[in-house]
Amino acid sequence: MSSHAHSTSTAPSGWRGLVQDWSGDRAAFKVSWGKTMMWIFLLSDTFIFSCFLTGYMTVRSSTTVPWPNPSHVFSLHVGGVDVPLLLIAIMTFVLITSSGTMALAVNYAYRRDRNTTFWLMLATGLLGACFVGMQAFEWTKLIVDEGIRPWGNPMGAAQFGAVFFMITGFHGLHVSLGVIYLLVVAFKVRRGDYEKRGYQIVEIAGLYWHFVDLVWVFIFALFYLW
Amino acid sequence: MSSESGQTHPLGLYFKVWLLLFVLSAFSYMVDYFQFHGLLRWSLVLLFMTLKAGLIIAVFMHMAWERMALICAILLPPLVLLVLIGLMSSEAGNTWASRILHFGG
Repeated sequence: MSSHAHSTSTAPSGWRGLVQDWSGDRAAFKVSWGKTMMWIFLLSDTFIFSCFLTGYMTVRSSTTVPWPNPSHVFSLHVGGVDVPLLLIAIMTFVLITSSGTMALAVNYAYRRDRNTTFWLMLATGLLGACFVGMQAFEWTKLIVDEGIRPWGNPMGAAQFGAVFFMITGFHGLHVSLGVIYLLVVAFKVRRGDYEKRGYQIVEIAGLYWHFVDLVWVFIFALFYLW
Repeated sequence: MSSESGQTHPLGLYFKVWLLLFVLSAFSYMVDYFQFHGLLRWSLVLLFMTLKAGLIIAVFMHMAWERMALICAILLPPLVLLVLIGLMSSEAGNTWASRILHFGG
């Protein structure tokens, strides 16, 4: 009891106290602070994406104009036939593959196999970059060929473009930032920067990457398949 | 951050989950490819979505092996979103009805 009172009286207050408290590197929940903080960040991101998706639900169910059929809008013309959602399916498989390589990277990192971890993270980053590339192709096709704009489109409800560019754009930004984050950690792993501190950083970077895949699961189901 | 007390699980587990995610994604794509409609489509899409999300969170993000305090701190707060979804869904219905009534569709 007295030690508690003592520690509060000696802890600095004001700005110094704020800096000390936030940089204390203290663990909550008996989980390392780094992992806890990544989870809390992901929780806040969950709310952002959920607000976007709820907004999408609201405009889609309140419009009296028919919603454009995603199955047709996102079809690809291959070998003389229109295959529905082909590009989106490929993008989904690329992202899941990258999630798998990331999970393996975390495993090899804890075995202190730096070289394998580096190549697996590099593969994850490249698959992520590939995803962003396909998304850029998809956006170009929609803007140039199909005339879809955030304020309207020839196929139906005007809100379609706003929702599409907002949600996939924000997700694509997450993938792009994730690629940069993964590459930075991958090169630091190869250089041996984490030999003393341990390799939990790879698991924490992995959490972010799996979250990006997780968000895509919801976008794929609720926007492209609905 | 103690040195190496991290999540180490047999590689086979990751490969199994990876394969399952592929199969579930293929299933959800099939729902569109074979043009299922109505309640069947929506329930299948939601089912595959929930299974995939669950697998990613539980195994790839290792939530299944985390301490209960962290699991509750992260997984319970998003449940309040159900209130937002409920409110906005009723609001959307109201907007839709007003548009039909006063603007003739």
